[in-house]
Amino acid sequence: MNTDKETNNTPRRLHNKTKQLLNKYGIVFVLIGICILLTILTPSFLTTRNLTNVIRQVSIIGILAIGVTFAIITTGIDLSSGSVLALVGVVVASLSQTHLAEGQPIGFIMPILFSVFIGLALGSLLGSINGVLHAYGKIPAFIATLGMMTVARGFALFYTAGRPIGNLKETFTFIGGGSLLGIAIPIWVYASVGFISWVLLSKARFGRHVFAIGGNMQAARMCGINIEHVLVKVYAYAGLLSAISGILLAARTAAGNPTYGLAYELDAIASTVIGGTSLAGGIGSIPLCVVGALIIGVINNGMDLLGVNPYWQQIVKGFIIVLAVLLDSQKQGKKQ
Amino acid sequence: MSQQYALEVINVSKSFPGVKALQSVNLKVRKGSIHALMGENGAGKSTLMKILYGIYKKDKGQILLNKKPYRATNTIEAIREGISMIPQEISPVPNLDIASNIFLGQEYTTGKILPLLDKKKIYSKTRELLEALHINLNPKLMMHEVSIANAQLIAIATAVSYNTNLVIMDEPTSALTEQEVEHLFQIIRDLKEKRNISIIYISHKIDEIFSICDEVSVLRDGSFVGSDDIKNIDKQRLISMMVGRSMKDFFHKETTSIGNVLLSVRNFSLTSKFKNISFDLKRGEILGIAGLMGAGRTELMESIFGYSPADTGETYIKGNHISIRSPSDAINQGLGFVTEDRKLTGIFQDLSITDNMIMPDIQHYIKIGLLNKKIIKENCQKQKVSLKIKTPSLQQLIKNLSGGNQQKVLISRWLLIEPDILILDEPTRGIDVGAKAEIHRLIGKLAKSGKAIIMVSSEMPEILSISDRILVMHEGTLSGELLRKDATQEKILKLATGETI
Repeated sequence: MNTDKETNNTPRRLHNKTKQLLNKYGIVFVLIGICILLTILTPSFLTTRNLTNVIRQVSIIGILAIGVTFAIITTGIDLSSGSVLALVGVVVASLSQTHLAEGQPIGFIMPILFSVFIGLALGSLLGSINGVLHAYGKIPAFIATLGMMTVARGFALFYTAGRPIGNLKETFTFIGGGSLLGIAIPIWVYASVGFISWVLLSKARFGRHVFAIGGNMQAARMCGINIEHVLVKVYAYAGLLSAISGILLAARTAAGNPTYGLAYELDAIASTVIGGTSLAGGIGSIPLCVVGALIIGVINNGMDLLGVNPYWQQIVKGFIIVLAVLLDSQKQGKKQ
Repeated sequence: MSQQYALEVINVSKSFPGVKALQSVNLKVRKGSIHALMGENGAGKSTLMKILYGIYKKDKGQILLNKKPYRATNTIEAIREGISMIPQEISPVPNLDIASNIFLGQEYTTGKILPLLDKKKIYSKTRELLEALHINLNPKLMMHEVSIANAQLIAIATAVSYNTNLVIMDEPTSALTEQEVEHLFQIIRDLKEKRNISIIYISHKIDEIFSICDEVSVLRDGSFVGSDDIKNIDKQRLISMMVGRSMKDFFHKETTSIGNVLLSVRNFSLTSKFKNISFDLKRGEILGIAGLMGAGRTELMESIFGYSPADTGETYIKGNHISIRSPSDAINQGLGFVTEDRKLTGIFQDLSITDNMIMPDIQHYIKIGLLNKKIIKENCQKQKVSLKIKTPSLQQLIKNLSGGNQQKVLISRWLLIEPDILILDEPTRGIDVGAKAEIHRLIGKLAKSGKAIIMVSSEMPEILSISDRILVMHEGTLSGELLRKDATQEKILKLATGETI
């Protein structure tokens, strides 16, 4: 610790501070940089309409990414988020139709409040199954959630016989398409989920336990933390957030489609990792996870506006994900 | 045994930050001899062996191997030069067979163009090697099916396959039965007589030394004490060479009044760790637990704390029978546990000092569901001042602190739950002298305030100067109890090595 010496040396201290800031929030500057670049390259980027659009699109994967962040901080992962999103989406859609579709195997219609509640409960249940398998069954999270990813997708296809469910009530589609005080409802939801998750992770006991388990599981046990309990809660919460995303997506597109959310879990993981969450566990932040999701969203949007070939878009996205993590690992390496 | 030396270590020194691990150490091992290296825990044996095996670099001094300068900088070079080591806990690859383990990293291949494994040659060479050493094992047996004793023999076979001149064996018999030990000794004698290999034999078992070794050297506190032919020496003299330390750094303990029994442990047993352990701990008492490494001290503490609950046995606190099946049970009963390995079971390195401190007792700091920063800061600040933790800020990540300050944070962690009983496992390991003295003073103060303390320590001066009473463990059993006034290093060492006093 040579902080005492540095107090007399203001320029260097400032320099160090900038460095620290860059280290910690470098990814924020990356986002700003991309935005500036796109503003210069295309006039339609920096318009209220486009930016609202970007954030609304980001909200779906952004919410998944927040759930994944919790799992990754505990050294786990959640691969099932995209499939849980689809299953919850079709179940909630089927309960929110204006009338029962012909030939629909199972189903009845109920008030929107109930159908949304059932969707959220279903997501939490599937998530807690992940958690129980991982924490009590001692199965690696990768495998437990991989199984769930396949099973939930299968159920979604089975439930709808592979067809999308349409004719949804307007009260339901309002959740995805409407706005409140001039701001789209999905953005409200994303902001609330982000805020609540930030409080949970940074200001509440739960978050400290999550960091403790990811940072040093043995020490966490020595501190009397019930590791299994906390892990089940983490995965249940991730399932709940997948459900919220599923409801938003079904409402916005006015349909429940069993093929929704394919490979979303990977974009969610990418957002988390770009946001600086360490796959080795113990490190992560919700605000930066949001920034990570925004970076992916802005890049997608920018390339669309610039008319980049969609195949190229994938290639560029892949490079950016790897580059972000590479930079991060270099940073970590230097510290050691 | 020839008169020529296979290995000569001359005035070798090595320092680590804050510690002089070796000071001008000498060691001369004759060709084709078995040379015992003795010393207490922390005497510098491991450091010296790690230098020989290329893991550490010496700061000063000279090493000659067969009269030529020896300077291996990694283990591959050490093996190539002719030194191999069989560590106390060998770690073979469980899912490969014996032959593959022996030739791991030096596999025979079929040719330069198509370098496939030459399995035929590997198996025939293994068979030859095992036969020559009288090891009766099938080369195709998977390693995970091999007993520890046989794994030990395979490690020796591996060393022989390297054409080694010198084998270092660190506590090779610690996990073996008597019969297995006899077989091992036969093989070691073969190495010496038929292959002219020299052996450095590290062991705490004094009887073994006398039955197999030719010469003995003793280290103490990182210095060379002496060396002699085993015939010219007896047990008494060996023990006094190992312990004869000046007691100048001793901590002056205040006398405290010792109260009622707070904790009783009855008939604690855990398979292959410890058996049938009973003791009492009183209010205001500091109970030292001495013993050699592997005696089961840490495992016993982890069981008392519920981290790995005992198979059988009862715990009583203030006379009430209670069940502790997890650390959170222990914490609720007023126990705290500063663990032996700071990094492995202690700190959360990416969390701040405050987060590290409050972890066992977070619910204490919650107000309407959220962490109350003000109370946290107040409590942690008090600990920082009273334990003199040196840090610019409590928000500093704990990994940026020195070992001594990290240890103080961990002690604070448990003081914050206001425990009745505090278990300290090697509380001053790897920290500098100043911080050590402060921690010793703190332990004394805690006992005076009425807490009951259990302190596991491998450092004789520490255990002798602080404890009111000392329990000594030997191979998973309690081998003796000493009161403060009766305890001496000699007595502790005798009990710890399974002798009687």
